[in-house]
Amino acid sequence: MKAETNTRSLSAAEIDEINAELPHYEDKSAVSIEALKIVQKHRGWISDDSLVAIAEYLKISPAQLEGVATFYNLIYRRPVGKNVIHVCDSVSCWMLGSDRLSEKLCRHLNVKPGEMSQDGEYTVLPIVCLGACDRAPVAMVNGELRPDLTDNIVKELLGE
Amino acid sequence: MATIEVDGRTYEVQDGSNLLAECLSLGLDLPYFCWHPAMGSVGACRQCAVIQYKDAEDTRGRLVMACITPVADNLRISLNADVARQFRADNIELLMINHPHDCPVCEEGGECHLQDMTLMTGHTSRRYRGRKRTHRNQYLGPFVNHEMNRCIACYRCVRFYNDYAGGADLEVLGIHNNVYFGRHEDGTLESEFSGNLVEVCPTGVFTDKPFSDRYTRKWDLQTAPSVCVHCSLGCNTTPGERYGELRRIVNRYHGDVNGYFLCDRGRFGYGFVNSDLRGRFPRIERQPVAVAGTAIEHFRTQIRSAKGIIGIGSPRASLEANFTLRELVGETNFFLGLDETEHDLLESILGILANGGIHTPTLRETEQADAVLILGEDVTHSAPRLALSLRQSVRNATFDLARQLKIPRWLDAAVRQLEGQVQSPLFIASVHATRLHDSAAETFHGSPEAIARLGFAIAHSLNPESPLPSGLDEAEEALAALIAGRLREAKRPLIVSGTSCASLAVVQAAYNIARALPAQNKGLLYALPEANSLGLTMIGGRRLKDAFARVQDGSADTMVILENDLYRRAPAPQIDAFLDAARHVAVIDHLENPTTAKAGLLLPAATFAESEGTLVNNEGRAQCYFPVYPAQEPILAGWEWLIRVMDNPRWHHFRDLTSACAAAIPALAGIERFPAEEHLPKIPRQPHRYSGRTAMHADVSVIEPPPPQDCETPFAFSMEGDTVHVPPALLPVVWAPGWNSNQAINKFQDEVAGPLRSGNPGIRLIQASGMLPWFDRIPPAFVPERGFWRIVRLPNIFAGEELSAHSAPVAERFPDACVFVNPEDAETLAVSNGDSVEIRYELELSSLRIPVRIDSTMPAGLLGITAGLPPFRHLPNGARVALIKAGPEAPAKTGENQ
Repeated sequence: MKAETNTRSLSAAEIDEINAELPHYEDKSAVSIEALKIVQKHRGWISDDSLVAIAEYLKISPAQLEGVATFYNLIYRRPVGKNVIHVCDSVSCWMLGSDRLSEKLCRHLNVKPGEMSQDGEYTVLPIVCLGACDRAPVAMVNGELRPDLTDNIVKELLGE
Repeated sequence: MATIEVDGRTYEVQDGSNLLAECLSLGLDLPYFCWHPAMGSVGACRQCAVIQYKDAEDTRGRLVMACITPVADNLRISLNADVARQFRADNIELLMINHPHDCPVCEEGGECHLQDMTLMTGHTSRRYRGRKRTHRNQYLGPFVNHEMNRCIACYRCVRFYNDYAGGADLEVLGIHNNVYFGRHEDGTLESEFSGNLVEVCPTGVFTDKPFSDRYTRKWDLQTAPSVCVHCSLGCNTTPGERYGELRRIVNRYHGDVNGYFLCDRGRFGYGFVNSDLRGRFPRIERQPVAVAGTAIEHFRTQIRSAKGIIGIGSPRASLEANFTLRELVGETNFFLGLDETEHDLLESILGILANGGIHTPTLRETEQADAVLILGEDVTHSAPRLALSLRQSVRNATFDLARQLKIPRWLDAAVRQLEGQVQSPLFIASVHATRLHDSAAETFHGSPEAIARLGFAIAHSLNPESPLPSGLDEAEEALAALIAGRLREAKRPLIVSGTSCASLAVVQAAYNIARALPAQNKGLLYALPEANSLGLTMIGGRRLKDAFARVQDGSADTMVILENDLYRRAPAPQIDAFLDAARHVAVIDHLENPTTAKAGLLLPAATFAESEGTLVNNEGRAQCYFPVYPAQEPILAGWEWLIRVMDNPRWHHFRDLTSACAAAIPALAGIERFPAEEHLPKIPRQPHRYSGRTAMHADVSVIEPPPPQDCETPFAFSMEGDTVHVPPALLPVVWAPGWNSNQAINKFQDEVAGPLRSGNPGIRLIQASGMLPWFDRIPPAFVPERGFWRIVRLPNIFAGEELSAHSAPVAERFPDACVFVNPEDAETLAVSNGDSVEIRYELELSSLRIPVRIDSTMPAGLLGITAGLPPFRHLPNGARVALIKAGPEAPAKTGENQ
């Protein structure tokens, strides 16, 4: 998988999955988001080379695809750890101390937001409202909602 | 019309327009950023907020954004209401939070729309004390600097670059308060219109790079109205000078021609004016002389002792210079100095424009076309600004759809949502793929013959009286019928052709199509090779080959060559023989070139920036350019050299010369009113803030020299004079109180994006009238010959024009030298992309070794070369060449193995 992250060509599996999306849209460029998600699923993140490969396949300019890729929080343009923890920083969570919790988590993992932990296990990123304000503060770990966080955030999220 | 009330006063305004545009048209100061007169409204920046009231009873009103508020009868608004003013001040304070305090070192300072608007809202002190976000800037090529920290995220750059100009390599990246306008990686901006970002950006994110290198504030630049000399379209420009150097060119608004935008050749091509290749002194038999008088005496002696004298004019010299030469040598001794084919083409085109009875549209009108056929041109390269206009024409169907859906035309984001549903057809028949292909409904690639034959077939399909080419294949017939069908349906169809194919048949086929079109409101436009190609043809004169004959038969032994490098006109051996046979060769030109190298007498000519002249553009519009700064003696304007050498000149001044030219040549009678009437007091070329006048030459002498006199034009080389009664067409610089950027142009139009108040510059000399018989010389199909290829010279925006190619930043944008071949031809030659071939051409003793670029759109049997690139300079259009796959490189050069 590591080797693949730096290739300028898409794998057969990636192409198959992208092709499966094509019929849902009017034109190829509309598949941008899905294609980015598919390639990220295979490679963990979207490298410059991956970006160019997708752009070439969809016949759009790399700049256009970069515009899409950098717009979305869940497309990673830098390598991320095996577990990606998104801590909500929108208003409800912020009022209930998400800043403090996020800081605590980062300190425990010895990372800054966006960095990968030394063992390659974790990356902590902020994210906008996850739609669970009634259970703030919340985070999302590998796509799963983790509500009602407290100062025990390390234990709650990492089980440590 | 609609009646609206603004702050208690009533105004009549355009119904259906938006409130911001109408406020600006009324001359009211309402700040804005994201709105642009050519690009419409998106409501992104929230700066143009006003209060709208329900009725006379409503005292509170509500905030609306003027740019997205349609004008309607009885609309009541306030610009001055406290709430509106406060909102605008708060908004700009927020926009400015991340903006650096770097105005003193920013190139935009002094002509910054952001500065102007900030001052206008009264936000003069900053309260924000937090950290500002910073960005890494990108390398964007030789034309444009990038300084993203200054960005206020108005989105104008990407709206121009992508939406308006069709670019794909500049985007907005990121999200919310962290957006970045740039490329996906460092690299040259690919669009041929990238320089417009400098003016489109309301602040200093995108600035003019060559100007930065030799920077001067706008208020310290001496300027004059000018016309671009780098193609036949005649875009209006404002060149600026400081310390005797031309420092930059910016757009000068012309409502009918270039509007708000220039191409990169026009904006950055001026470097030749400051070039080391400029002749600064006259040269007699290779020896420089210090004063003009000596050279003139010598010139006079030569003329007196001549057995016969001939003059060779130039399509890049002014009407006045060409006319004076014709007067000096006599009408029968005046030659146009064009190559044979070009001479034919231009005479034919002039005949069609004058007697063909079909309207030649302005650039602005081309944007209104609802179906366009380009026959044989790659307009991005041969008439670049036209490509930008044609790109707009395909949107007309979208505008129609928007109208049906009651979406106003100026509501840009909403109208753009409809794109892709409908498009006005653009058909392109060209030698190979062009830069407009992404907008084209159908494309066709073929030899000039094939393009002409397709054209004739379309004309026949429209009107059976137009002759039909025989032997078309089914696909060609079907395409011709399809194109003819779409053109027939159109209300405002436009045919674009030109001289790039060097084919009379293409030019004539274009006329047949235009004539055959049923629409009343149809247009025919030809792209021509040079800035005054049409003007020269209107003066008229004999062929270059007749000049050769005159020297050959001994009836002429002295020649005067005006601003024309003859080595660009005919094969070198022919020109060598011609120049060697003459006893005296006098050459008047700006830059050293192969012809000046052969001159016995060289007279250094002022460029467009240091002299006055009239040029006739491709639509037949005569326009005047004026000296921005005085030519440094002994450099003189071409016309002045020629007048001074006359024994008893009948004219001494430029104005008299223009009048004489109008009187002598009926086709040019319209220029009689040119240049503008005597303007007294004169119009100052220097802004009222011009600084350093007394000190700028102090390194040479502490005595302040008197300002140079200008006896030829309405302008003075001074800060003093009349700035109030100047017609906008003659404004040296666009400026209004509180409006220091080029956007001050709003103050000089009655309606934003409309004509300049008291008229756009120039006079159209040709009124379409009459009708020509159907052209019927249909060429046979081109059949590739085994083992041989035919050269086809492909125009290029950066390499293709003689003068701009000497501008360093333009030269950086030259494409790689390569030959374009069809994939099957490449297979025959057993070459792949990048392999070298040797080109063997009968007239050249040495062969040329060049890498191959395989181009699937290139027709078989043709060898495409980029016109203007040094290796191809002497390879003429139509030359028959043999190609051989080149063996391994000589040992001296490594890196390429078989």
